[in-house]
Amino acid sequence: MKIHEYQAKQLLAAAGVKVPRNIVAHTADEAAAAYQTLGGAIAVVKSQIHAGGRGKGTFNQHPEQRGVVLVKSAEAAKENAGRMLGSTLVTIQTGPEGKVVNTLLVEEGLKIARELYLGVVVDRESGGPILIASTEGGMDIEVVAHHTPEKILRESFDVEAGLRGFQARNVAYRLGLEGPSVRAAEKLLTQLCKFFIDRDCSMVEINPLVVTAEGDLVVGDAKVTFDDNAMFRHQDLLPLRDLAEEEPMEVQAQASGLSYVKLDGNLGCLVNGAGLAMSTMDIIKYHGGAPANFLDVGGGANVDQVTEAFRIILADPNVKGILVNIFGGIMKCDTIVTALLAAYDKIGIKVPLVVRLEGTNVDLARKMLAESGKPIIVGTDLTDAAKKAVKSLGA
Amino acid sequence: MSILVDKNTKIICQGITGKSGLFHSQQCRAYAHEHRPGEDVFVGGCTPGKGGTEIDGFPVFNTVEDAVRKTGANCSLIFVPPPFAADAILEAADAGIALIVCITEGIPVLDMAKVKRAMVKSTSRLIGPNCPGIITPGVAKIGIMPGYIHKIGSVGLISKSGTLTYEASWQLGNIGMGQTTAVGIGGDPIIGTTYIELLEMFQNDPKTESILMIGEIGGNAEIQAAEYIKAHVTKPVAAFIAGATAPPGKRMGHAGAIISGGSGTAAEKQLALEAAGVVVAQSPADMGTALKRAIDQRK
Repeated sequence: MKIHEYQAKQLLAAAGVKVPRNIVAHTADEAAAAYQTLGGAIAVVKSQIHAGGRGKGTFNQHPEQRGVVLVKSAEAAKENAGRMLGSTLVTIQTGPEGKVVNTLLVEEGLKIARELYLGVVVDRESGGPILIASTEGGMDIEVVAHHTPEKILRESFDVEAGLRGFQARNVAYRLGLEGPSVRAAEKLLTQLCKFFIDRDCSMVEINPLVVTAEGDLVVGDAKVTFDDNAMFRHQDLLPLRDLAEEEPMEVQAQASGLSYVKLDGNLGCLVNGAGLAMSTMDIIKYHGGAPANFLDVGGGANVDQVTEAFRIILADPNVKGILVNIFGGIMKCDTIVTALLAAYDKIGIKVPLVVRLEGTNVDLARKMLAESGKPIIVGTDLTDAAKKAVKSLGA
Repeated sequence: MSILVDKNTKIICQGITGKSGLFHSQQCRAYAHEHRPGEDVFVGGCTPGKGGTEIDGFPVFNTVEDAVRKTGANCSLIFVPPPFAADAILEAADAGIALIVCITEGIPVLDMAKVKRAMVKSTSRLIGPNCPGIITPGVAKIGIMPGYIHKIGSVGLISKSGTLTYEASWQLGNIGMGQTTAVGIGGDPIIGTTYIELLEMFQNDPKTESILMIGEIGGNAEIQAAEYIKAHVTKPVAAFIAGATAPPGKRMGHAGAIISGGSGTAAEKQLALEAAGVVVAQSPADMGTALKRAIDQRK
């Protein structure tokens, strides 16, 4: 689960990590008032959307307006906020459709001496959490890792004990920090790693971590993602979820126990199992088509789930055909076909439907399909089904 | 021969009184009865608080320790729900279970980090979690796969995915090939046993003549496997990597299947495997034939 920057900063501040003084604004007037309350000469007004690249992003309605701006007066805060709120921000991460900005974060300006990078993730190789740090803050860390891998510091830490003090100091010195900054870093790094574990995060990213002219360390920007599988023990975090940031159909699918991801193509797919669902997308592409989605109905699909799956696939106006690919193991093919035919009638599917079945009771299932009297195209194997499905779009 | 599972494997199920636990325990027992009539392969299960009872003929114990003492079990199949699964794995390891197969999907990743850390000193081997399990055709099925699609044969099969493993086994069956052992390693970011350990076992298993490896986007386990194959594996290997068309940053069902920052893509994995002499199937429909090509190339 992703959260907004302002929410991440509130949680980090509560965990003892230093963040700039800030105020959340939902209207232009609130933004102006926030500027006054912060009382400094310079403030930063930041659009709150889940995607990155906001500073360079522009608004559909106001091409000159950036997603993050420095302001030096209450009037400027108000004017910028007026253009940003309710408008659609397009960044390199949002895709061309962009995201509507509903919330702004107004923050005190910092006297920036240096910008560093910090990230905490789970490292598959060591099988535990790892702290990633770099002197190249404020930049795209993937670009840094690609061009100057020597500038990326990696420090694995124990999932039970957290980041040790000496580890934090080692990282601080390797980042070139000195004097009181080392002490500030030791505190911030250990708190950050503790936060990561306490809250079951899958990612915490501080980019930049600002070293101020006074040698203090302050969180410039924060991205926090939680492990969806651990939300059962963090009920207090659930209200932070912003459904407006998520693909509505993905949210609906999740509620029905389906795993769905919307893609850009026009051939919908309904598959059992994540690996087979990905492979089905791949084989569609391999035969010249373009998948409209990833959809895993899971191992125990029933009539309701299959119906919901069709509904979700067909809610995408780009979908011009559907490929169903089921390898019936424990879930028998005839059970799936029963659900399929019931769903077909319930929904009234009007696009071509290609079905490929294999596995337990496949002969009975194929017979049921053939005798159903519905214009369902049967694929004999994976290749045949993919070819027929791609071809059906042209018909 | 085979790997991990043989005629001495005695299985219990943790979570046997749950719906899935019981159903799959019955299926595994039926498989054993069909292939090894008269032998006791699936010997019971555990559910705390239900010790001393019986469910469909399976004796139920409160603890794994108890089950081991009374049945001689050396393998555990876990169907415990996600919040309690990590504890179940550690209980099995503590009781000295040699082979732990965890089917549970949705375990918090930091729970698995703790399990991984705790098991460093353990002699137990963990397969999974979030996997279909293991099968040595004709000997024992320890998982949720349909037994009949796995034919007895000489292919070592390693896969991150469930239904894609069935697809591969079915394709192998169509061209007259079966498996020594098929292992689902699981689709989570942190798993008990990786490709490399299994590649080594299959390389050392005299009955395994070739290896089929099924991977997917996310992480770099397949790339490390490619390096290992290049250096240590002399048997023919074929592979398929799922998710070539997956967009970056999106989780594709499996928690581990996510491309981040341009790494973990199918293309880089395919390249690494090809560079290691592995025949890579471009289409998921060609997994069986790719292995056939890998074998024929060596003739």
